[in-house]
Amino acid sequence: MTTLTPDAPQAERATRTYPAYSRGLLARLLLNREAAVIVALVVVFLYALGNVQYFDGPLTVYNLLKEYAPILLMALPMTLIIITGEIDLSVASTLGASAAVTGVLVVEHDLSVPVAALVAIGVGALLGALNGFFVAYVGLPSLAVTIGSLALYRGLAEGLIQDKRVSGFPGELRSWPTDRIGDTQYPNIVLVIVVLAVLFGLLLHFTSFGRSVFEVGLSDEAARFSGVDVARTKLILFTLSGAVAALAGVYVALKSNSVATDTGSGFELKVIAGVLLGGVSIFGGRGALHGVIAGVLLIAVLNSALQLDGQGSEVIQIIIGLLLVGSVIASNFLPRIRALLPRRAVTPEVTTKTPDTGDHTRKVAQ
Amino acid sequence: MRIHSKRFAAGAALALVATLGLAACGSDDEGGSNGGGDATTVTFLPKNLGNPYFETSDAGGEKAVKEFGGKYAEVGPDTAGPDAQVSYIDTAAAQGVNALIISANDPTALCDSLNAARDAGTKVVTFDSDTDPECRDLFINQATAEGIAKVQVDMIAEQIGDSGEIAILSAAANATNQNAWIDLIKSDLEADHPNIKLVDTVYGDDDDQTSFDKTAALLADHPNLKGIISPTTVGISAAARYLSTSDAKGKVALTGLGTPDQMRDYVKDGTVKEFALWNPEELGYLSAYAGKALADGDITGKEGDTFKAGDLGEFTIGEDATVLLGDPFRFNADNIDQFHF
Repeated sequence: MTTLTPDAPQAERATRTYPAYSRGLLARLLLNREAAVIVALVVVFLYALGNVQYFDGPLTVYNLLKEYAPILLMALPMTLIIITGEIDLSVASTLGASAAVTGVLVVEHDLSVPVAALVAIGVGALLGALNGFFVAYVGLPSLAVTIGSLALYRGLAEGLIQDKRVSGFPGELRSWPTDRIGDTQYPNIVLVIVVLAVLFGLLLHFTSFGRSVFEVGLSDEAARFSGVDVARTKLILFTLSGAVAALAGVYVALKSNSVATDTGSGFELKVIAGVLLGGVSIFGGRGALHGVIAGVLLIAVLNSALQLDGQGSEVIQIIIGLLLVGSVIASNFLPRIRALLPRRAVTPEVTTKTPDTGDHTRKVAQ
Repeated sequence: MRIHSKRFAAGAALALVATLGLAACGSDDEGGSNGGGDATTVTFLPKNLGNPYFETSDAGGEKAVKEFGGKYAEVGPDTAGPDAQVSYIDTAAAQGVNALIISANDPTALCDSLNAARDAGTKVVTFDSDTDPECRDLFINQATAEGIAKVQVDMIAEQIGDSGEIAILSAAANATNQNAWIDLIKSDLEADHPNIKLVDTVYGDDDDQTSFDKTAALLADHPNLKGIISPTTVGISAAARYLSTSDAKGKVALTGLGTPDQMRDYVKDGTVKEFALWNPEELGYLSAYAGKALADGDITGKEGDTFKAGDLGEFTIGEDATVLLGDPFRFNADNIDQFHF
């Protein structure tokens, strides 16, 4: 302080422009990956409405929400996990195991659907916590742990229902998740998704826990030094992931009125594809929940529009695959290209530094 | 001018999506408009694509649809499973196709979607593998389960001298038709063939390599095995391929359900003596005509209703809204060259 002349820097500050902060709130909201995905979703949806026959029919939106509901559900906790730089490949197997638990309890042991669902969700949370324990406290890479549990939890499902196919869920609760809300195109499960999306959105973007999720993703070590309990954060996230996957399992069991050993197999790739398309960095540290929801819905809408258009499954897979690869390239490659381009002279940012360093005064003096 | 990476990324992603969307949707206007006009639209949805059995049955369906001037489409998943079939049923319902001809991967898991399709005006005909009767309008039965079980038991009994250990190589563990046949095979063996012992049932999931491996495991696990019944076309040809190059060739009998084209070499080299099947082309052909008759309102699925199925003649609807194609047919060295499917 003592070496500073008090007036000079303030006067400078007032006249300088700061490129990094010069965008208004609106521009910052619009010019990011989440916005790009949302715009893409809207464009594809409107394009399909106008150009794909039957897309505007009364079944289209209902069907795609009904089929993608479990993916949307599992994408919520997966977003947080990938933001921490980890991954959970076992969600579809957890879904299968909890669907098997639900089926066996309801159909073979005559438990009511809500009770069986609670037990299944508890089992799912336990399976998730087991993943979390190995990742967070044993320190194993989540990729390895959850590839293992992907097989293990699918094995649990097979052990529970073996070669049987469990079917015949009783009662009105059976069709509740897929019943429409009034005369709309929205099945009831959408209500559950909205509630969970809001909760996960608040958790990620408006709580200190959410900030620690980003910090862990940027650097485990830095997060630890700044007082974040990294292990506990990861344990919580994997437990949530297991519980939500189990909820999705209950939904799938009721929707299909049938559980087999392969229920939901392959879903983990759809979930991760949606999360990455939604703008979450696979390296951690960056992402937003609204982008992920748009990402999953974009895949769902593309899939539905292409199918209605009569395209074969191989064409659909190629297009969605290209989209995913393209979006990953766009988000990871373009900044590097930009780094190679000549930069505009950067306005000195000295005034943003703490003003009591000697360094600062020398620079101002220049 | 500084390039804003985010703006660029946003634009690029958008352009990519728009281009892909345009390319995909614009390329196939004819295929996309299969609901227009007065022609009856018939969509075949097999258990999975790329399965020769369903390629044959669907080709029979296409032939029938061409005969009556309708519009034919074939859609389906790459791998057999009810989850994958649901979205194709949903799509067919949204397209408002007149008749959906489906081989079901699960008797109940498809019900909600099939009934939604029926509510939307689509007639649902199952063939090859049925759903619960309340989820479809008509089932085209290739042969009665009793007839299929009996012909396979008869063939294996004749080939192994009516005594010894046998095993079954099935498709997926939850395949409706397979399990029904296996139950009947078991009771048939108990009742009429006390000296034949069924020692194992394994599942090849209608996957060639899995079935091949399971055959090898069967022979290793049961050194006294005298015969294998494989009531699935994928299974029997994989098993025959394994047997034909193993020591068990000619010693372990193999029979079941196969197609002549797949089994021709193995019948000629002595690996397989006799196997059975119906004609899947006729099955698809009959299914398409049944779908047309339903869509036109000529029949409703009531027992005793009759309809004409092109060259195959007249059929009568039986119990539980089912139509029977006929008895299974035995293929052997004497007749196999007369058939090509």
